[in-house]
Amino acid sequence: MNHPLPPETADHALATGERLPKSERTEFSPEAIAEIQAIAAKYPDKLAATLPALYVAQRDFGFVSLDAMKAVARALSIPEGHVFGVASFYTLYQKKPVGKFHLQVCTNISCALNGSAEFLEKVCKKTGCKPGGGPSPDGMWSVEEAECLASCASGPCMQVNTDVYDENIDDAKLNEILQACERGEYREWGL
Amino acid sequence: MTNFRTKPDHQRYTFEGFGSDKYPNLMLRGAGDLNNWPMAVYISKHEGYVAAKKALQMEPVAVTEEVKTSGIRGRGGAGFPAGLKWSFMPKDTPERKLTRYVVCNADEGEPGTFKDRAIMEYNPHQVIEGMIIAAWAMQCKMGFIYVRGEFLWLIEKLEHAIQEAKEAGFLGKDIQGTGWDFDLLVHRGAGAYICGEETALLNSLEGRRGEPRVKPPFPAVKGAFGQPTTINNVETLAAVPAILRMGGAEFAKIGRPKNTGTRVFGLSGHVKRPGLYELPLGLPLDFIMNDLAGGSSTGKKIKAVIPGGASAPVFSEKEFGTLMDFDSVRDAGSMAGSGGIIMLDEDTCMVQACLRLIRFYAHESCGQCTPCREGCNWMEMILHRIEHGQGRMEDLDLLASITPNIAGKTLCPLGDAACGPMDSMLQKFRPEFEHHITHKTCMVKGPRLLANVGGH
Repeated sequence: MNHPLPPETADHALATGERLPKSERTEFSPEAIAEIQAIAAKYPDKLAATLPALYVAQRDFGFVSLDAMKAVARALSIPEGHVFGVASFYTLYQKKPVGKFHLQVCTNISCALNGSAEFLEKVCKKTGCKPGGGPSPDGMWSVEEAECLASCASGPCMQVNTDVYDENIDDAKLNEILQACERGEYREWGL
Repeated sequence: MTNFRTKPDHQRYTFEGFGSDKYPNLMLRGAGDLNNWPMAVYISKHEGYVAAKKALQMEPVAVTEEVKTSGIRGRGGAGFPAGLKWSFMPKDTPERKLTRYVVCNADEGEPGTFKDRAIMEYNPHQVIEGMIIAAWAMQCKMGFIYVRGEFLWLIEKLEHAIQEAKEAGFLGKDIQGTGWDFDLLVHRGAGAYICGEETALLNSLEGRRGEPRVKPPFPAVKGAFGQPTTINNVETLAAVPAILRMGGAEFAKIGRPKNTGTRVFGLSGHVKRPGLYELPLGLPLDFIMNDLAGGSSTGKKIKAVIPGGASAPVFSEKEFGTLMDFDSVRDAGSMAGSGGIIMLDEDTCMVQACLRLIRFYAHESCGQCTPCREGCNWMEMILHRIEHGQGRMEDLDLLASITPNIAGKTLCPLGDAACGPMDSMLQKFRPEFEHHITHKTCMVKGPRLLANVGGH
């Protein structure tokens, strides 16, 4: 094989030998435990509460650290390996810390036809982040390239944390959104 | 804290003549009006829960028959007749009582598709009513609405709507005096396109990784939590109240034979009036593109159209006259899929478009089957080097040799979905790929589709 391979563009969540970042705590808050148990009671099988419990963990710990996964396994009495397998499978569980405002930019085909490539570059430049590359130095922002957010007719489209999408974003609107974040008009990460 | 949408919605939901007899409005009632979703409005303005009341007085088998008569085919992508699917559910026998489930697939993730979001945003009760009718027809004990994780505000809205329905006696114990209990639970996905595949969705619902299962057993035999389960798309379930209200035979008059009813098409890309268009099945594609949606937004000619969400093989100009229904689109060599129509003008670099789509499949492959996991990644890498001017002419044959080794050799249709755009783009726009290899740059001078910031 003497053919040049393209440079690896992906910023993988975990490289070989790399450890997950540690969270500050290792235990759930009592409220979180109660919440997880209430969720588990709704399903025919407690294993089904894995996904919602991981969301609770993400909110409680700030991100889904290895300790958070272990805590979920303890709270539901299910194998740690199962929780790790699930948490690492789904992209909405952040395995690394994110900024106060996590910006997810859709770059799939319909948005791309409406200029989301340049838009993503602008977002990265304005926030000083790389997609999937962790929070900015001040901890305010993190940026992620998202797959189709189902806002195809109104791209470019961006989701701030879990808020309702911002659509048809141009330069002025992007500035407005970032300023609104700074003023605290968007829900912060984890709230 | 509830977080309903207060921001204006930029999608377009209507067009001239919408709501008339020619273009009946069954699914997108009140779309665009942010105050349209509560139960009171649904009941007063949109004949809400009339169908549910009617269905609950009918025999469950008769309800399934009505849906069969309507001929409605699943709106999620495969186009399987919904009534037939319902009839596969095993019945109780004197010896054995079964716990059956109905699941609403709201894991909308197909690029180019954004209809389910609008239906849930403006008419969550229509979906809930559809689920109640479906559950009654199949005598289910519990229903799940599997919503993609990004739609958190819609999940909150659905939960609120479910609470309203409970208070009105349409959910919970002894519904409307029938002695039948049924409850709904909203399950939040976590960002995996593959969970739109029904068995992957079931795994995800059970708290596992979203990896498709081996079929058979089909979900109707062994689905969620090992019990018989039927999975329907949001749009299919939202059409059920209309079918019961107007009667299956009346619904079957809309559209074309074997392709009945209306369907919500989403137009995006280089289109003048992008948005959702609820249209009877069987209208010609160029009529939808030009007459209804106003044609190209850039003033340039449209050279390619993806007719049914990103997984559908691309149409070039000579197929623009295709009638947009399940059978005609299939006969034209593509698939009606999820109804997302993406228009690409002549300045769009097809190599970039192809790479963008294949990167999506490479990223979303669950990794269970080797052909899809490795094949999609290799297609991405080969396209990447062609796009970056490092391609060789034999790469094109290499790409063409990968797809037959993926298609049909995987557990679920994600592998086939990646092959559709790859094959069709390479076949129909080969000169652009060749130009990329020989000239190390795009043949056309459109805006870039790929960002220079790395990615996932």
